[in-house]
Amino acid sequence: MKVTVDQDTCIASGQCVLTTSEVFDQRDDDGIVVLVTSTPPESLSPDVHEAAALCPARAIQVAD
Amino acid sequence: MTLEQTAPLAYPMPKATGCPFDPPPDLKSLQAEERLAKVEIWDGSTPWLVTRFADQRALLADPRVSADSTRTGYPDSIPNVSRDRDSFAFIQMDDPEHARLRRMVTAPFMIKRVRAMQPGVQQIVDNLIDQLLAGPQPADLVEAIALPVPSLVICQLLGVPYDDHDFFQETSRMLIRLETPPAERKAAADRLIEYLDGLIGRKLAEPADDVLTELADRVRTGELTRREAAGTGILLLVAGHETTANMIALGTLALMEHPEQFAVLRDTDDPKVVARAVEELLRYLNITHRGRRRVATEDFEYAGRQIRAGDGLIFPNDIANRDPEAFADPDTLDVERDARRHVAFGFGVHQCLGQPLARMELQVVYSTLYRRIPTLRRAVDLDQIDFKHDAQIYGVYSLPVTW
Repeated sequence: MKVTVDQDTCIASGQCVLTTSEVFDQRDDDGIVVLVTSTPPESLSPDVHEAAALCPARAIQVAD
Repeated sequence: MTLEQTAPLAYPMPKATGCPFDPPPDLKSLQAEERLAKVEIWDGSTPWLVTRFADQRALLADPRVSADSTRTGYPDSIPNVSRDRDSFAFIQMDDPEHARLRRMVTAPFMIKRVRAMQPGVQQIVDNLIDQLLAGPQPADLVEAIALPVPSLVICQLLGVPYDDHDFFQETSRMLIRLETPPAERKAAADRLIEYLDGLIGRKLAEPADDVLTELADRVRTGELTRREAAGTGILLLVAGHETTANMIALGTLALMEHPEQFAVLRDTDDPKVVARAVEELLRYLNITHRGRRRVATEDFEYAGRQIRAGDGLIFPNDIANRDPEAFADPDTLDVERDARRHVAFGFGVHQCLGQPLARMELQVVYSTLYRRIPTLRRAVDLDQIDFKHDAQIYGVYSLPVTW
């Protein structure tokens, strides 16, 4: 599983962090998404997919 | 007869009598019949109504669909008091302007900063419940808890004196009440602008640790005009308390009408159970019941319909969140289901900025109020409760309770 994020489209809704804080964090000055890891363990796959589905700005892409 | 020849239904539609939590029955039939339907709104214009969950998520995230309320064809929900660009907040702008202004105020709503605010919110809620319990019965839950919680929190966050709450609560009520005459709405908006502008001026002279000071700093550096700073402050102040206040009161009423659901919250101390219940209450209640508004910026085809540049689009989240394709048994309140994908906060780049704060406040209130007052109940019959059918944000004007 490979995760990528687009910081330009991110609107800092924070839903990815609420879903999987092991994979996503927020930049201190504006809350924009930062990746903790781009290759999370497979066990987190359902959560990472849920985070991508919840993202209102569609800023998260997951390649399996 | 083709669908195009049928006279469009009027929107918004009335709710069914005796059914205060469900969307209008006409909206339900429309959702079952068509993906996109023309409706007629108050000014005689006929925008598209998008009723299904998947279509709302697709079109609200579509770059050909604009939130710019100064564009011709934008389906205003109430008479627009001004087409003056400067008088709008970023929720009525498109990127890159929207992103520039929104990013100035995203930091206070970060998950870690909201979590850090939680003990303070807990203290506020505990104090208000102490006062409620020490006071006479019945009591109005709106005045005692629902309105003061978000109002105290947003005032603290922004750096607005809570002592002024009578002024800005009344003014914001005039702004969102549907029958406020346009001239009065304009005057109310002007009074709020003047008030926020004054506060920003004060923060320039005496900085504090709050969001208005951060906005004032951006004015000082030339990143924001003073008008943009005041407009952003108004948006946060008004959106920050009317919405959450109505979720607290209407949510409590809905739980009291569903005792087995009330019991789930009353009997738990598991934050995950509470968080799940909050999402379900957001999905089920949909207090932003007048539909999000957009306008097409170019011609395109969607769901077999030809959308033209300048066509208005309305997205009622109340019906999308009751779409059986998205949620099983959608008209049932089930606080134990996973409802996280709901569109109560909207979807796309305009999704509610304050949602982490709203969630946290609702989690604290719902997890504290019913545990501390397990016998909380309505003090009047359901049909005596005054629902906000006439406001932009749905809820109750008052909620007499006893315990």
